[in-house]
Amino acid sequence: MARAAVQRRLTWQLATVDAVTDETPRVRTLTVGVPGWPGHQAGQHLDIRLTAEDGYQAEREYSVASAPGEPVAITVERLDDGEVSPYLTQELQAGDEIEVRGPVGGYFVWRPEDGGPLLLIAGGSGIVPLRAMLRHRQQTGSTVPTRLIYSARTRQDVIYSAELMELQQGDGVDVVLTLTREQPPGWDGHTGRVDAELLRELAWPAGQDPLAYVCGPTAFAEAVSATLVGLGYPPQRVRIERFGGTGGP
Amino acid sequence: MSSVSRGFRGRRRDVGGEEGRVPPGQYVTQDFPVLSAGPTPHTPHDQWSFSVEGAITPRTWTWEEFRSLPSETVTADIHCVTRWSKLDTVWEGVSLDTLLGQADRGGMFVMAHCDGGYTTNLPAQDVLGGQAWVAFGYGGQPLPPEHGGPARLLVPHLYFWKSAKWVRRLLLLDHDMPGFWETYGYHNYGDPWREQRYSGD
Ligand SMILES: Cc1cc2nc3c(=O)[nH]c(=O)nc-3n(C[C@H](O)[C@H](O)[C@H](O)COP(=O)(O)OP(=O)(O)OC[C@H]3O[C@@H](n4cnc5c(N)ncnc54)[C@H](O)[C@@H]3O)c2cc1C
Repeated sequence: MARAAVQRRLTWQLATVDAVTDETPRVRTLTVGVPGWPGHQAGQHLDIRLTAEDGYQAEREYSVASAPGEPVAITVERLDDGEVSPYLTQELQAGDEIEVRGPVGGYFVWRPEDGGPLLLIAGGSGIVPLRAMLRHRQQTGSTVPTRLIYSARTRQDVIYSAELMELQQGDGVDVVLTLTREQPPGWDGHTGRVDAELLRELAWPAGQDPLAYVCGPTAFAEAVSATLVGLGYPPQRVRIERFGGTGGP
Repeated sequence: MSSVSRGFRGRRRDVGGEEGRVPPGQYVTQDFPVLSAGPTPHTPHDQWSFSVEGAITPRTWTWEEFRSLPSETVTADIHCVTRWSKLDTVWEGVSLDTLLGQADRGGMFVMAHCDGGYTTNLPAQDVLGGQAWVAFGYGGQPLPPEHGGPARLLVPHLYFWKSAKWVRRLLLLDHDMPGFWETYGYHNYGDPWREQRYSGD
């Protein structure tokens, strides 16, 4: 496997929230100014640390939503029973400070020289690091054939929808949405889960030596990656980021 | 050092009244989350083997041979770098003392090689003396593939990525080398009690 030594000390930085943008009713993007941010690759994540008055701390990981060179942004989906995501999506405002360290991770990254054809498969907020890859692809003028399969519950839950539609129109990226829970009237797109049938139809054939990135809740990422391997994708060509949640036994 | 986050109260994760058993920054979970970088390999027993090589007399065991080695039931607390800890997990496995033998391995290192291309590095002194196993059973059942089956390393005193899933080969070395996660910025040693999560911690 590729070796990219990251032997840099990761320290907590006090970052300032520069902007908050609502993406959907449950999802918000936070643009943060991190002093001395060393730069990131598309697909990496960062750690966030929150501290209560009495010193209690909670830490969580969030993928960087922006392309390399762009201001650091994260996109957070609110889990109603969650500890950190409701704070990040409802309480935090522009001007507030949070502690950040990163970037972290070097395997779930895409660089133009990694090539393709690229198959990006997202479940829910799993779109976040893939969006960084799509922006990076566009930013670098890469013409790697790219297909995004994005599973969301309803049309309203689609994050970055305007941006994805633009990519679809102008940039040689196939964007395939599947709406699993509820579809708008007249929807003639996909409605099912990202299963073998859908992937047999939409995934690049294994013979083209595609490179796949799968991201979403753990159970989603497990199921999709196993299906890709079943369709002949070599495991080394399937990179996964699991966001947690119901991960099976 | 850390600054208070305006309006954050937090939920105070449950450490199950087990404060002394849970390393800093960890919370206790009843689930068994999954962390790995690629798809889950599914190696059938008849294609599985386990070897030791490098600075040791090389040996390979088939699944049957491996399973006929003396095994132990191990109850251990495990600590994942992604901050969950799980207490009193029960494993069945073959001790590395059995697999590596009794010779003095002072100053040596072990690189564990796994299906899927993963590797992880450990000082030999951390895997001998009843501290590490190749586990094939979990909770009285065969270890499921998503948790590393047919067999994974079990080194409970280090962060759980060191307990490499789908382990197939131990390479004994006279020098240290970073493994897969270690190359990508995780700590070379990974002591949960010292919060050695990332390189430099
Ligand atoms: C590498 C990595 C990158 C991540 N990137 C993002 C990102 O870009 N955007 C984002 O919104 N989240 C991301 N996550 C998930 C994030 O770290 C938190 O787990 C999530 O925000 C929930 O935290 P919480 O404190 O609100 O919920 P918690 O209080 O931790 O959990 C509340 C409940 O929700 C369940 N749960 C936890 N995580 C999930 C999940 N991901 N999906 C469904 N149920 C869950 C828990 O089991 C629990 O029952 C990422 C996770 C990882 C490991």
